[in-house]
Parts: sequence; structure tokens; C-alpha cells
Amino acid sequence: MAEGEATGAAFPVRRGGQPQEAADPASDARWQRLEELLAGRARQPGQLIPLLQEIQGLFGYLPRPALERLADESRLSLNRIYGVATFYAQFRLQPRGLHVVRVCVGTACHVRGSARIMQRVQEELGVGAGETTADGIFSLEPVACLGCCGLAPVMMVDETPYGKLTPERAQQVLRRYRREAMARQGRDPVAGAQAADAGAACDAHFPA
Amino acid sequence: MAADEAAKAGFRTAAAPQDWVRLSVDGRELAVPPGTSILEAARRAGVEIPTLCYHPELTVAGACRLCLVEVEGARNLAAACATPVQQDMVVHTESPQVVEARRTVLELLLQNHPLECYRCERNGDCRLQDYAYRYQVEAPRRPGAVRHFAPDDRNPFFVRDYDKCILCGQCVRVCDEIQAIGAIDYTRRGFNTQITSAYGQGLEEAGCVFCGMCVDVCPVGALVPKYALGAGRSWEKTWRRTICPYCGVGCAIELAVKGGRIVGARAAHDSPANAGKICVKGHFGWDFVQSPDRLTTPLVRRGGKDGPLEPASWEEALHRVARGLAEIREQYGPDALAVLSSAKCTNEENYLMQKLARAALGTNNVDHCARLCHASTVAGLATAFGSGAMTNSIGDLAQAQVLLVIGSNTTEAHPVIGLRIKEAVRRGAKLIVADPRRIPLTRYADLHLQLLPGTNVALLNGLAWIIWKRGWYDAEFVAARTEGFEGWSRAVEPYNPEYVSKLTGVPVQALEEAARFYAQAERAAIVYSMGVTQHTSGTDGVLAVANLAMLTGNLGRPGTGVNPLRGQNNVQGACDMGALPDVLPGYQKIEDPAVREKFGRAWGVRLPERPGLTVTEIMDAAARGQIKGLYLMGENPVLSDPDAGHVQQALQRLDFLVVQDIFLTESAALADVVLPGTTFAEKEGTFTNTERRVQKFMPVIEPVGAARPDWQILLDVAERLGHRWDTRTPAAILDEAASLTPIYGGIRHRRLGPAGLQWPCPTPDHPGTPILHTQQFSRGKGLFYPVTYRRAHELPDEEYPFILSTGRLLFHFHTGTMSRRSPELTTHRPWERSEINRQDAARLGLKDGDVARIRSRRGSVLARVEVTDRVPPGVVFMTFHYRESAANLLTAAALDPVARIPEFKVSAVQVEKVAPEQAPAVPEEYARCMRPEARV
Ligand code: SF4
Ligand code: SF4
Ligand code: SF4
Ligand code: FES
Ligand code: FES
Repeated sequence: MAEGEATGAAFPVRRGGQPQEAADPASDARWQRLEELLAGRARQPGQLIPLLQEIQGLFGYLPRPALERLADESRLSLNRIYGVATFYAQFRLQPRGLHVVRVCVGTACHVRGSARIMQRVQEELGVGAGETTADGIFSLEPVACLGCCGLAPVMMVDETPYGKLTPERAQQVLRRYRREAMARQGRDPVAGAQAADAGAACDAHFPA
Repeated sequence: MAADEAAKAGFRTAAAPQDWVRLSVDGRELAVPPGTSILEAARRAGVEIPTLCYHPELTVAGACRLCLVEVEGARNLAAACATPVQQDMVVHTESPQVVEARRTVLELLLQNHPLECYRCERNGDCRLQDYAYRYQVEAPRRPGAVRHFAPDDRNPFFVRDYDKCILCGQCVRVCDEIQAIGAIDYTRRGFNTQITSAYGQGLEEAGCVFCGMCVDVCPVGALVPKYALGAGRSWEKTWRRTICPYCGVGCAIELAVKGGRIVGARAAHDSPANAGKICVKGHFGWDFVQSPDRLTTPLVRRGGKDGPLEPASWEEALHRVARGLAEIREQYGPDALAVLSSAKCTNEENYLMQKLARAALGTNNVDHCARLCHASTVAGLATAFGSGAMTNSIGDLAQAQVLLVIGSNTTEAHPVIGLRIKEAVRRGAKLIVADPRRIPLTRYADLHLQLLPGTNVALLNGLAWIIWKRGWYDAEFVAARTEGFEGWSRAVEPYNPEYVSKLTGVPVQALEEAARFYAQAERAAIVYSMGVTQHTSGTDGVLAVANLAMLTGNLGRPGTGVNPLRGQNNVQGACDMGALPDVLPGYQKIEDPAVREKFGRAWGVRLPERPGLTVTEIMDAAARGQIKGLYLMGENPVLSDPDAGHVQQALQRLDFLVVQDIFLTESAALADVVLPGTTFAEKEGTFTNTERRVQKFMPVIEPVGAARPDWQILLDVAERLGHRWDTRTPAAILDEAASLTPIYGGIRHRRLGPAGLQWPCPTPDHPGTPILHTQQFSRGKGLFYPVTYRRAHELPDEEYPFILSTGRLLFHFHTGTMSRRSPELTTHRPWERSEINRQDAARLGLKDGDVARIRSRRGSVLARVEVTDRVPPGVVFMTFHYRESAANLLTAAALDPVARIPEFKVSAVQVEKVAPEQAPAVPEEYARCMRPEARV
């Protein structure tokens, strides 16, 4: 899902003068709720982090148009808000995928080659750590220790751990999840994989 | 504490109140006000504690930990910048423990720092390098991973080298706290922390205005202007102070000179005009001084009117000028001659130019481009207050509780004054912006009154109506300090909110709110500019502004006032020096026999009695053949004046045209003799900024080629006309001007320090006047002058359905001859992007970057468009910076009846889409100035 999907139109600015272009955020109750959240609070000192938390609660992540609205209302620049959002681990700038893939990079897994697992998973998904595939199926999150060091190297898809992995096996696991997800959505898995590739490296400004 | 020791430490204990805090720093006893940090206390005592993240003009971050000091009795070392002094503190700034800690900090920084000082721009001027040297830190051995990020060089102005960045955050703070843009911040965390914009956008998209103040504060080589790369080592450059040649703010700047050439610029911190701030033009706009296109020798036209302009000696050129002017005077009388002086030239030069016209040529036909920007201010404020200048000072704006900004796109046209307005907002002031466009300031505004172009008088009268009827006005002030209230109130009677809302398009509720804000503040200031003055009702607009301020008593105190922002760097000075047809220096009326007598005696001539012609009238008279000879200094009316086609014909009809300029401008190309003048960087003189501050500057480099300072040229021309004046230096010229001009009476070159002097300064011991009209108005009582709304001269109709408004862009200036020669500025904004509203664009099938033909009753131009909601539907906005899309071919020479200022802000036009191939090409002389990576 593209970030801007839910909105895109300009929102009316509450200022005097000729009416601004009307928009239609009403199509989605969450956007209306956002406006309620911002009203009155956006300019109060100390409200930035609570507001970010509530916005994330609302959308499951921090959509860019919502941060842009926050910037408009708060007089903080989008750049500063983004800086805060990327500083705290709790905030996500992209929606969570259908499945969360946690690859362990803790010490035991590291010793047993988690770097190769991580690399293969990134290749397979076409995204970096902390990102979500363009088809919305996977989010990739590195974790420090999953607490099952005996099975190292380990990754977990949602609540299911997969231990004693090889890069090939990790790849197979992910492909199975993708096939199932696509079948459920009635989509063609091959085209889906290509779409995921095309979405790769969208965050090119931060070389990993 | 021993008084003599304290005296040695550089400040007076005698003045120290009892509650000052006493402490000892490295064995020195001192007393400082409570709340002072250890760092500042130590600096006062002459102890230099190293810092990387501290900046005196920014908030304290306490991030770098290099300023650690030992405080006796404390468990840990303290960050000196962030720790306030305490009574009887004993501080050691260089104890072994402190030195050890600093070494560790520096080692950690160097661990991740490219050791490439040899090719770093800041070698020799880098704080990290200096401290690593001071503490003899060894080069790291690098066992772990080294951070590496690709540099960001996506914009034409400067490069951010992430690997050299020490994350001190000074750039982030200056951008947020001073510039109030917040284009950058720390993003991500830990090892991966970087200073970036949101979503990895380039600075261009992130709202950066390229003021370069972040570059100036960076303590290392992480932010470097592109022009500096390879252009000179720090020890090869000398920094020379001067005054920015662009806008009326008059920022003090420093230019770096290497081998007789300018290689860089930065803000100077010693003038109250800008207090260390700067904008993109001051920082990046100086290349024109050294352009290969500069005129380096006089030119004369040989072989009649159709012959070519050829290089000539000064001797020949000056002879031709004197003969040409004298012949016309003999044959047709002095009033067949006219001169245009220049708001870009110094006070001394403007004084000489009007003296040349009046004393040597014998005509009052002298004017300059102020006619085109603020003639209505001079006329209007002189009527209301008796003095036509900004009442308060720039720095003073930050003290206002409410600011009403009307018809001023301050952050773009007067950027450093824009910073003061943002500072006021940051301090809690309410900001009301009245402008047809959604200008950048509206982002900071509490209220944006988006009025229809040309309805200022209605709006201002409407606000006054509310304040008057609701009884919010300052009756005491009105009674004690003003006159004419009765007559005025009768004129304002019809302007009830409903009526005004209909005329202006501003909702009633917004009008009420604005009136309440403005009237109920203790200190409210009005800032206005060309959006008020450049109308056929310009003088009325100015009077309406003055009425509103008098009604609420917002005059004569800090944080109040009526503050017109003047456009050109020395337009205030050119007016002060009498480069106007009806007044002599100091606004002394030519029609007053006593005034004529005074000047006549001093100059040894009889002065012409009748006021002369204004710029627009001079052009008309030339077109009719009444003006036969014209002497232009630093003006390019072919591009800057309304109805440009008409101006060109007028100049072609002249018998004799002299142009004195730094480039072969469109006007100079038509001249019979062209005299090469010099830029601000090559001469000495004074400029008077918009707050009446007279500032002195000295040459930074030698004149290019055979070019000569304009004041020297004027003295030579006068001499050849039989008037040898013995004021042979700028200081002597200003002395003479001051002796005849009461408001400048006490101003002498030798008195002008870094802060200059603000006129009125009547006597040699007068300290200058930061705020006008404190006790009484210059004319005695302030005059309520009734004004009524008149429609703009030309309104849209079926055939020409759009209102065209013209104005400026942050990145260029005037007709572009200076700013378009800056590689950075011209690469960033290479061509006109006329603004058109989304809805109109959709109807006309125009997309961003498409080309349109814009046509008025006077002419038509081609320009690329920007689709935006900055302009409301029905309005098109163009700048006048681009000669290939010259907006002034479209504007009308419709004049304000009093000030004779043209209505640049409203003309009716039609817009039509044309093929992309029709996009006008960037003129060759500017195209080749582009940065190499942008040339294709
Ligand atoms: S150039 Fe000015 S606006 Fe841009 S990032 Fe630097 S300080 Fe901010
Ligand atoms: S770029 Fe310079 S000023 Fe900005 S954080 Fe890095 S070192 Fe400090
Ligand atoms: S604000 Fe005006 S005077 Fe100051 S640097 Fe910019 S252009 Fe120059
Ligand atoms: S280190 Fe991987 S599960 Fe503990
Ligand atoms: S200067 Fe004090 S912590 Fe940086």
C-alpha cells in the first residue's frame, strides 16, 4: 500500500480570507479523527511525542500526509518531526506488513551466521531492515535475541520461530508465506514477486 | 576579590551588584550575574574553554562534551556551556583530568573522521583540527567500523559531507532558531545518526531558503559552499567588511579576498541592521562584481546614431558627455535635459548627481527608481507625519506583540527583516498577514487576510472602522497628538465590515479578529511594502496605514510604528540626498525660496525654481521629443519601468543618451556614450538602509579594468561642464551634504562605526534616532487624512480575465543583472515561473513547467508556469527579474495622482497555453554563469 493512499488532497487551512480548496478527508474517519487530535493540541509544547503515538495508534504507523498535517498545525517543520519519529524505536514510518519477519542478529545467531540469513532475507524481500515490501506482505525487523539461542540462527515470522536456518531455508519459508498470502488475495504470485523487486531500494538516500 | 584583578579580567566590579555570583576560574577571582554559565564566565575572564557545539546566539545543546571542566567538590566533570555558576565555585579548566577527558572526546570524534585535512576546505580554520592540535591527539588506529555516507551535493549552493560532520547540531539550531525553517534535523539514531531532511529529500524540497547560515556556523568542513571548493586556503583569504548591495535591509557582510578577487562571503556580526544574519543573495550573490561582462572601458557611438559602440578613452568619453549635454542645454534650454540617479549608488554619488543636474545643468529633472517603489510612502507619510521613512528600527520589530504585515512578502523581498518577524512570533507575538498571495510568512501567521489585489484602502479603512466603532481606539493619543480625526471619521463611516468584506473578499469574522488583535495589543507594528505602494491608490494606501497606527496610538514607542520596507540597498539614501524632482537633500522643498537661497549660496549658482519631471514623465517627455538628452546612472528603465516597449522607443528618440553602469544593460545598448562605473565592492561611501541607518563601507577590491567609482566620474563630468567642485573624497562630499541637510547634519564619515548612525542626526554629538515621533511628529501633530477606496486602474474583463500582480523572488533581484550572474542563484532559479492557481491551470490545461503566453493590452510575453495555491484563482503572479519574460511589457504606466507611482500590482491579462518549444531561452550571458553540473 502506498503511503499516500488514504489522502493526497490538500486540507483546508483555517485562516481568514478566501476559502481554500475543499478536500475530502471525510471519506475516512481516521483522517477526521486526526484533525480532532490536532485541533488545539498541535501547538501546545510537549505534545509532539504523545501526538505521534496517537497518530501511530490510529493508522498503525506514521503516514506522511498525517505528519504533514501535524507540521502545518504545529508550526514545526516536517523535517523536525521526521527527526523525532526516526529517533524513537517505537515509531514506524511505514505500515506493518501482513507478516512481520524478525531476523535475530543476537550474539549466538551472529556466531552461527545470522548475517548471511539477514542478507538473503533482504534480497528475497527487496527491502532493508525496518522496511515493508511494496506489496505490503512483509515487514522486516532485526531483533537482538529471540530467546531461543539453542536454535541459532533463528528468525520468526509473526509468532512462529524457524531455527537452525540456512539462507536457502529462510528463502523457502518466506516464499511459502508469500504464495499463501497472494492466493488469499487472489493475486498472481509471480507478478507479486516482481512488484516487490521494483519497490526495492526506495530508501536509497540511506545506504545501509 | 581584589578590584584590580577584576579590572584585569576585563570588566568592572564597581558596577557589580551585591547579588552577583563570585567564583574562581583557574585561580582568577571573578563575579558574574547569576545564571551565567561557567563557559561565559570564563570567557569574560579571558579563559578560552574549547567548544564544538556552543554558539552564543543559539540555545545551549551540551552535546559535544568538549567543554568539560573540573569543579572542586563535584563528583563528575561539568559541561561548562550548560552549567550555571554557583557562589564560591572553584573551577579548573585545564587540569590533567580535564585534558584527559577532552583528549578522549577528540579521539572518539577522529575515530570516525576522514583524515583528509590536506584537501579540506576548512584546513587551518577548523575547530576539530585546532583542538586536536592543542591537545596533541594522535591519529586513531581505527579498529572498528568507520561511518561512511555519500555526501549530499544535490543543491547548487553547498555540499554536506556527512563523514566530516561531528553532529554538533549548530546547523540544526541556526536553521530552527534563527531562520525558523527547520529544513534539517538529526535523523535516525546511534551510529547511523545523520543531519538530513525528512524522507531523505534534498534541501530544495525541504523548504530550505539557502541562507547559508548553517554553513557559517559549522565548526568543521562538513558544510562548504560550492564556490569555495579549491578557491583558496583559509590563510590565503582576507575577510573585508562591507554592506550587502542587494536589498534595503543593508546587512553588514564580509567578503573573502584572495589575490585581488572575491572568493567568498559571510555575515558580519557587528551591525544592528542584521546582527549576524544573512540571506541567500548576500551569501551567494557577489559574482557579478567579477563578471567577464563588466564594462571595463568607456564606449562611444561612432558614425552617427546607427554606428557601433566602440571602446574609447576616458578623455574622449567625458568630452563627448560634456559636449553632448551642453549643446542640448544651449539649443533647447536646461529642461530639455534630465538625469536618473540610482538607488544602487552611494549617498555621496546621489548627492553629486542631483547637484550636477541642478547646479551644473540647471534642471530639476532628476529622479530615480524610488518613484517605482516607494514614492507613495514618501508622499503619504510626509503628509501624515512630516517624515516619509520607517518610523522604527529593524531590531525593534521583534518586540511587537502584534505585527500587521500588509503588501510585503518580507521573507523573500527583505529576508533578514523576515527573520525578525519570525523572531517576534517565536516570542509569542501574533502575526496578521494581509496579502492576496499565500506568501511564506502565512505559515507563521495567526490570521491571513487574503484580500483581492488593489483593495488595500478598503481593508485598512475597514479595520479602522471596527476599531473606532467598538471604541478600541486610543482616544488620548488621538486627542493629544493628532488632528483631522473628525473629517477622517466621516470618510470612514461607510466602511462597515459587510461592505469591506464584499470589496476585499475577506470574511467579516477575519476582519473583526484582525482589528481586535491589532487594537488591543500594547505594542503593535505595521510593516508594509510595495503591495501597498505600487497602486494608483498607493498614496491613499500609505495614508490609510498611517491613520490606523495613529488611531491606536501605535507610534513613537518600541515595537510599534509604521514601517515601510524600502527595496534597493540605498533607495532611502537616494531619496534623502534629493535625487527627486521636487526636493533638495533632506526633503527640503525646491519651491521654498529660502531653501533655494541656502543651496544656491553654497553651490554658487541660481537654482531652477519649478519642480522637475518624474521618471515616468521623463520617459513620456522623451517619447514626445521634449526631453532631448538623458544621463542615466545605474538604472535600466527598459526593464524596470512599466510599459517597457514605450520606454525603449522613448530612449531611441533622444538626441543624446549617456549611461553610466557596470554592465551593457538593455538601456546602455541604446546610449551614445557608456561610462563604466563600479560596484559597491570597489568603492568607498555610505548607504542608508530602510531603517534610516547610514552605514559606511570601504573598497574590498580594486576597480576592474578602467572602471572608476561613480563619484569620481560625476566630479569629472561637472568639471568639464565648468564646475570644479573641491569635494574630492567621499568623506568631503558627505560633509558638504551634511552641512546643507539638517537630518544628516551630524553625520560624518569618521563618526560612522560598525553600527552607523540613524538619521535624524542633527549635530556632531547627536547619537542618532532609532524611533521617530516619540514626543511629537515631525510636522507637529499627526494628520488624519481621509482616504476612500478607488478601484484599480484596470480590472479583469471578458477579454483579459486575470489580474496580473508583479513582485520579487527570494533568489533574484530587480532586473536580474546582478543576481543572475551568480552561478548558485541562476542555477537554482534559471527562469521565470509565473504562478497560476490550480483551478485556473486545470481549465487552461496547464501543468507545472508548461509554457504560457501572457498578454495584456500593452504587450505579451512567454513564460513557464508554476501551478500552485499560493495565488488565489483569477490571479497570476510574475516577477520582473527575467528579461526574456519581461513582466513590464505587460504592466501599465497608470500613475498614482499624487506620487506618480505606477500600478505594478494590478493589470488585466489573458493566459494561454503554448507549445513547450516556445519556452524562452535563458539569455546567453546568464546561461553561461550556471554551475558546471547544471549546464547541459
Ligand atoms: S541554508 Fe538556511 S534554511 Fe537552508 S538548511 Fe541552512 S540554515 Fe536552514
Ligand atoms: S554539519 Fe557542521 S554544524 Fe551541522 S552538525 Fe555537522 S558539524 Fe555540526
Ligand atoms: S536581507 Fe537584503 S541586505 Fe541582507 S543579505 Fe539579504 S539581500 Fe543583502
Ligand atoms: S541470539 Fe539469536 S536467539 Fe538468542
Ligand atoms: S560546547 Fe559544551 S557540550 Fe559542546
